[in-house]
Amino acid sequence: MRLRTAAALAALALTLTACGGGDEQGDLGSGTPDTKPTFEAGTTMARIQSAGVLKVGTKFDQPLYGEKQLSGDVEGFDVNVAKILADELGVQPEFTEAVSKNREPFIQNGTVDIVVATYTINDKRKQVIDFAGPYYVTGQSIMVKKDDSAITDKAGLAGKRVCSVEGSTPAERIKTEVPTAKLTTFDTYGKCAEALKNGQTDAVTTDEAILLGLVSKSPEDFQVVGEPFSEEPYGIGLKKGDQPFRDFLNDTLEKAYEDGRWEKALKDTVGTVQDQLPSPPPVDRYTAAG
Amino acid sequence: MGLSTITDNLDVYVEGFVGTVTLTALGAAGALALGTALAAMRVSPVATLRAGGLLYVETLRNCPLPVLVVLMAFGLPKLGETFLWSFFAYGAVAIALYHAAFVCEAVRSGIGSVSTGQGEAARSLGLPFGQVLRLVVLPQAFRTVIPPLGNVLIALTKNTSVVALIDVTDITNNTELIINDTVDPIFAVLGSACAYLLLTLPMGLLVGRLEKRAAFAR
Repeated sequence: MRLRTAAALAALALTLTACGGGDEQGDLGSGTPDTKPTFEAGTTMARIQSAGVLKVGTKFDQPLYGEKQLSGDVEGFDVNVAKILADELGVQPEFTEAVSKNREPFIQNGTVDIVVATYTINDKRKQVIDFAGPYYVTGQSIMVKKDDSAITDKAGLAGKRVCSVEGSTPAERIKTEVPTAKLTTFDTYGKCAEALKNGQTDAVTTDEAILLGLVSKSPEDFQVVGEPFSEEPYGIGLKKGDQPFRDFLNDTLEKAYEDGRWEKALKDTVGTVQDQLPSPPPVDRYTAAG
Repeated sequence: MGLSTITDNLDVYVEGFVGTVTLTALGAAGALALGTALAAMRVSPVATLRAGGLLYVETLRNCPLPVLVVLMAFGLPKLGETFLWSFFAYGAVAIALYHAAFVCEAVRSGIGSVSTGQGEAARSLGLPFGQVLRLVVLPQAFRTVIPPLGNVLIALTKNTSVVALIDVTDITNNTELIINDTVDPIFAVLGSACAYLLLTLPMGLLVGRLEKRAAFAR
């Protein structure tokens, strides 16, 4: 009897460890926590395993993707993806705040092992770091008032007042693709959201991820409409040239696509405000340049 | 890059310049009118008016202008359709309201400089408070406050740049467009500095000349 209790406790402990934080998303666990995968000595995976933690850089201010709660926990889709990866290594994830400007230095300096932070894969970034994934593809989209049915897509923005952020790619895209739209640009999305609420603008446009975050803050006021009209693939940033680690991350993503862990990670977060969830994008095992 | 950042974007600067001039004119007119009225309140014999004037000055003067602009632009519409104005209007009104507090204090200091005998003489002639102020005290007070009022107006001109926060076309907002376009912040900002100087230097000279003309022996 005592032996059984002890075994149960041990199993429970292992499950908790495997889930990284052991919160309500316990079933993200691979279900095989007792068979810790082993990796060749000298690889990044082996180093992380011996350290016992996977150091992850993520956003702390991006609702639904990576947002620090008042409790101190970080929650979101990016966080869940990192948990899946940590799980696969049999370690705990440890989150550090990454902002857009420090993501590359964080990876290059080894401050973090990976960056999962609404991190768009592009060629410029690929010159200094490598990407696993994409694990999610989003794009520029439109947010309107909940009761507005006049604007349903990009073409509907013609002649309308549109708000975005100064100097951002989405703002530039609207200028060239919908030249008749009356564009207002502020320094933060919060102002755009407030202007939309007040009727000072008809729509807000930027990356769908950001819009969904705004919707999650006031679901009774806003809605995201139409299909994204640009392509922003989010990847997992890692040190340049670490091919075995990149393969491991890509393999894990593919595994998570198949066994439903990816879908659950998305449903628990982004799925709370978006009904039509995208399907997992195929990972891009590009050949690293130079 | 370089000087071409300025020369290639002259039209953008001009558009911003027009915006800044308009905001300055409207803001200054509003601030002078309201500020003078507030100064009258602060020296009036009615305690409630004095308290109201004091409350206004201390609130507006001690609240950062960017805070006021953003608060008005996004807060006022909540009060209903009547308060749903253009961002330009919020900017101009916020600038006028804020600087009225400073105009008030400058004018009040001028009123303080007019010898008490002037007011007493006017009152003994039977003039009511309004006329004492309007016909006797204020004309003398304004002459002494031209330099501090000039300071307030030059500060107002430069402070119009806060409207960039709510995307109103002015020199600063258009400079930000140029920076984004050229990625040459140093020259873009140098250009905006020239544009502001083009406006404030003549103002300073004008204030100096007015001061000389208004000088009077006591």
